[in-house]
Amino acid sequence: MTSPQERAEIKTAEILTAFTNGGRRGVVVDSPPGAGKSTLVGRIAAEIATAGDTVVVVAQTNAQVDDLVAKIATRLPGLIVGRLSRDGYLPPPTLLLPNVQVASRVDDLPDCRVVVGTAAKWAQVRSARTWPWAVVDEAYQMRSDLLLLIVPLFKQMLFVGDPGQLDPFSPIDGERWSGLPWDPMQSAVAVLLRNNPDIVPHELPVTWRLPASATRLVQTAFYPFSEFTPGTHDDERTIHVPTVGIRRTVADEVIDLAADTGWGFLELPHRNTLRTDAETVAATADVAVRLLQRGTETVCEHAPGGRRLTAARIAVGAAHRDQVAAITRALRARGEIADGIRVDTANRLQGAEFDITVILHPLSGRIDATPFHLTPGRLCVLASRHRHACIVVGRRGIPELLDAHPGTEPVHLKDFIKFPDGWEANQAVLAHLSNHRVSALH
Amino acid sequence: MTVLTSLAKALAAYSMGPQRLTVFRHQYISSKPIVIVPLTLAGETNAPLAAMVGSDRARPTLIVTRQPRERAERLQFAGRLASELLFPIEMAAQRTQPTGPGPNARMRVVDAPQIWVPNPAGIEFVRTLGRMTRLRQIEGPWAVPKKVRDLGIWLTWFAEQAEFADTGALIAATQALAAVWATGQSDLEDGNLAAQMAWLDPPEGMDVASAVSRAENPQLCPPAGPTTDPTFDRLFLEPALRDLASARTPAAHSAVHRRLTAMLEEQMRPTWELVWTAIDLLLEVTEAPRVPKRWEQQRDRFTSFHQYVANGGNPQAKRDSAGRSAHRLAELEQRMAAFEAQRAYDDPLVIADYRLTGEAFAGQVVDVDATRRVPGLRRSVLRPLVTVATSDQVHLDVDQHVYDPARNGQQAVITSVNETEDGWRIELELQNQMGGGQTAKPGSVPLLGEEVTYTSVTETFVRRRPWPTREETPWTHGGPPPDSTPVVEDAAEDWS
Amino acid sequence: MSVVDERLNALRGAAPRKPHNARTLAALAANPGCLRRTLLDAAGIDKGQIAQGLGVRISIGQMSSIAIARGKGFEAKVKADGCAELLRLLREHIGLPVAEVHYHDLNPADTDDRITSRLRRSRHALRVSAESNEPTGTLFDHPILQLTVNGVQVRIEPDLIAFKLGNQFFIVEVKSFAILDGTADSGKVAAAAQQSAVYVLAMREMLQTAGLDPDMVSDQVVLVCPKDFSNHPVAELLDVRKQLATLKRQLDRMESVESVLRLVPPDLSFDLRLDDAGRPTRDPQELAAAVFQVTARYSPECLGACELGGVCRSEASGMVPVLGRVVREDLGGIDSIKEAVELATGLREPDAGQQQASDLLRRAYGMREAALGAVR
Ligand code: SF4
Repeated sequence: MTSPQERAEIKTAEILTAFTNGGRRGVVVDSPPGAGKSTLVGRIAAEIATAGDTVVVVAQTNAQVDDLVAKIATRLPGLIVGRLSRDGYLPPPTLLLPNVQVASRVDDLPDCRVVVGTAAKWAQVRSARTWPWAVVDEAYQMRSDLLLLIVPLFKQMLFVGDPGQLDPFSPIDGERWSGLPWDPMQSAVAVLLRNNPDIVPHELPVTWRLPASATRLVQTAFYPFSEFTPGTHDDERTIHVPTVGIRRTVADEVIDLAADTGWGFLELPHRNTLRTDAETVAATADVAVRLLQRGTETVCEHAPGGRRLTAARIAVGAAHRDQVAAITRALRARGEIADGIRVDTANRLQGAEFDITVILHPLSGRIDATPFHLTPGRLCVLASRHRHACIVVGRRGIPELLDAHPGTEPVHLKDFIKFPDGWEANQAVLAHLSNHRVSALH
Repeated sequence: MTVLTSLAKALAAYSMGPQRLTVFRHQYISSKPIVIVPLTLAGETNAPLAAMVGSDRARPTLIVTRQPRERAERLQFAGRLASELLFPIEMAAQRTQPTGPGPNARMRVVDAPQIWVPNPAGIEFVRTLGRMTRLRQIEGPWAVPKKVRDLGIWLTWFAEQAEFADTGALIAATQALAAVWATGQSDLEDGNLAAQMAWLDPPEGMDVASAVSRAENPQLCPPAGPTTDPTFDRLFLEPALRDLASARTPAAHSAVHRRLTAMLEEQMRPTWELVWTAIDLLLEVTEAPRVPKRWEQQRDRFTSFHQYVANGGNPQAKRDSAGRSAHRLAELEQRMAAFEAQRAYDDPLVIADYRLTGEAFAGQVVDVDATRRVPGLRRSVLRPLVTVATSDQVHLDVDQHVYDPARNGQQAVITSVNETEDGWRIELELQNQMGGGQTAKPGSVPLLGEEVTYTSVTETFVRRRPWPTREETPWTHGGPPPDSTPVVEDAAEDWS
Repeated sequence: MSVVDERLNALRGAAPRKPHNARTLAALAANPGCLRRTLLDAAGIDKGQIAQGLGVRISIGQMSSIAIARGKGFEAKVKADGCAELLRLLREHIGLPVAEVHYHDLNPADTDDRITSRLRRSRHALRVSAESNEPTGTLFDHPILQLTVNGVQVRIEPDLIAFKLGNQFFIVEVKSFAILDGTADSGKVAAAAQQSAVYVLAMREMLQTAGLDPDMVSDQVVLVCPKDFSNHPVAELLDVRKQLATLKRQLDRMESVESVLRLVPPDLSFDLRLDDAGRPTRDPQELAAAVFQVTARYSPECLGACELGGVCRSEASGMVPVLGRVVREDLGGIDSIKEAVELATGLREPDAGQQQASDLLRRAYGMREAALGAVR
């Protein structure tokens, strides 16, 4: 039996060889949540740069770029790393390193062995230059139209991304392109694979983030065709919550359950509500705050002796911006203790990692589901950000809602079919949660 | 849809009368609209049966195919429609004026044609008829008259323009109405022009409920097409077609055809009248301030496409290449964002939607530092601070850019957000449109006590590398696709 | 006969059972949450007749006679000369290496050919074929299939062709809407995919009952349509895995009729009491009362998916659902239009559960009035 570390290492070496020695124009790496995607990107960039070539790294958001620049520059103290940015960009303190250069024109970064920028920025580059290597991070979040613009800049490209995350978005109805192999609404990787069936994606085999308690569910619900295993055992990751004697609330109950099993579902009574349902919002905020009030401790491979859970290690996730705003307000009303808890939409939580997450279920209180709510990526992001436990808050009636949901979405010929279907993924998660339920009865 | 729209629908249903959704009309309406009411033969792919066309409500041109099952007759139909449409297109193209003074001015048509159809299915008819005719050859074995192919190119252009949010080229009456009024029925029912108009303009002496019920009876109110009513097909159309096929003499044929024409006219006439009434109703609504500017851009587009056709440009490909689709998507997104922003800036009811979703706020200025300066690159720059007290539920954060619709989208950045007893205090730093002087130009900084509105909604413009041409399609997108110029097979395409 | 069956028959009364077909089964997906429809469908009651009995016009299911004629013509063309055209398509478009093909006609032999005997013949033919390892392809024209729905065995008489090659059965669906430049009406394709899913499932069930491997039936369906503006057929593979999953789940978890029956009075009947001329003699008001005993779940989409659309719409008149799903969601669970308006205008005080929605509506109404004040 090889250890997870060994398996991950073997895979990384395989990817590196396939990319640098395989002579292929494109290599794709699929990564489940927390499988060390950006570590891989940083490492491959560093290896190519060390070998003496120039390499470009493409990410999707400025935060991702800043993060990668810091990682790579620290890894390569002897080489200069360029940060391609928009005009007027102010680098964060983490980038104030001696070997980082910032410029808004790529021609102003001639000495850099590694140049990092967003896809949108690379799509503006008008340089006569081309680069031998490019590594694209979060490639499933990039739309294929953007890929069209940057491909000519590079000779060989490595695409790394998480296929289970949210698809790129457009407010436009793209029906006129449906079924085209270069549908611009699809993700860069989907189009690339469709047009190059000979490219078989590599898969990273180990999730370092997800605890053993979450790996199975996330895998079967969202990655039915992948095989990955947790990097830790059940008993390597534990949560200790000091017990409460008197006035134990439902929030306490669901926290205790999640501390034991890694999952908790706080179920409020059924009612059709607005998106920003005050009771659900309050319950969500209560759970997050209670985790801190009770002095929760987490034990893991990084802190075998245990460490106190801090606000910064908690995330609260929701589907809509107005829900995020309402939860933020509810947390603020609960005093300073909640300062530093990250509250955000699934979109913006992509790629982030926390110890414990609290989620407002996207279908809570609704009468019907919409394609927005059923997008599997949305629930997948929300249910796969945690290292220890995930607590879901929602109103009763979600399975009934799903069962009553009309299965009459339009179908396009030759369309990109994505599996799993959101409806089924939602059912799978709910079935799992039903075994971790705490009812809040009024 | 938004809460305001939903509320308007509820109010409409409650009061049994239409409710306004916008204060203004954001759709340009031509002084000489061209209306097309098409009908097709059931069961076939866009087999034209008849159409009522024209710019004169009192005198429509009636085109009826002599034998809808025959391919040559379909071409005849297209030819007759071409005569109706290409003429106003040419007329419009002939009247031009310079875009401005000076040597760099381009020519722009004074007015561009605008086509109205009853509903989105009518747009689909235009698109498909365009596809049917544009790839034909005008020489060689399957040649069609040039006007038929040109009609195809133009219809395709109109249908493609209709995909844009801000279009004014080809309009579906139901959609134009639904942008201004909510009725007390669902969107689905509003898709039936007669039922929608029953709310907006019920027949004399009839209440809305009876008008709707009448409108939903295809025997009393023929469907707005292009699909005909199945009962009409069975009772009238099918026998007429049979007689047409079995007519032995030209005289017999003419007699049947006259009968067919009369019955089809009866099916189209009510819809024709409804479309014109819809246009009249919309004309009564005040036009939004930014409409003329948008129409000017549409005139530019018409001008340049006319140029393209006049220079012998190729007909549009069957499907978009990779570069073309990416380019089109970018344009669709950009024009949609611009349209949404312009609507919001123009219309207090539209901005109210954004206020309800927390993407805009309205309130009173409670503090101003109009002369504040901050260090800039070379010298200090004017950056006034404005504090607004609002009771709107704002979801905007520090560092977010917001824009002032009343000051032509003047940009500000939120510097702080504080919750108070009865709402929020939001501090903003103004960033542009204050003139180049030491102090802000008059009126460019809100005054203490002024009622102001800010929103995060804005037009976006992204600069990019040029999109690849067909030949430049990269390997990731399948490499260069086969040539798209029409081939003989397209000209020979079977229509039966 | 089981108790459930007895009650269902009693509900239907003297009228003959309305047979299910793939279209009605696929339509189950249109509104699976509606108990009224579930019950009427399970009892085999003709919903169209009920609507007529209530004097309400039916807006669905009407096909133009011209379209039907053309559709038949197209299907005949595809099947002419022992399916010559179809075989050409299977070879060219789908890449199936069809060399020689057997043709198995399962059409009714004559007007007296009973459905039960046809079902037996179809079952037999399919089973024999499934068990054989013969490499040549076989076409089955118009087999009768059977599917268990709500515990009831439903016979399906699809206008379809099944095709077996090697170890795989494929469903071939012939439709008369066009594929234009590789695209087709997405609503019609969706309907075709849903119906095909019913066939795939029924055929799998048949194989399974015969002790054979149900996965022999492919979840890729061959869709045959006219190409562009012509009536030449063209074929396209359709992946119906999603539709299958939806259908299976809906069949599994469909409110079992038994539990629905428990909710309705024991003497409920939808019998139209047809006279000798086939005219309903039942008092419409009384019939309406019977229909309304079973809870519906109306949304405007019903108008295009269920014969009772008009009936349920007028029943729901004055309620928020008639305005559409989105409105219903936006109004945060308020059911009555009057109530929503009164909350918005401040004429009514909200209940405990309505406070939030009421606040929002009041704010919205205030903004509306302020903005429109200027134009009025
Ligand atoms: S029309 Fe009525 S019975 Fe039919 S599905 Fe809709 S609610 Fe149910």
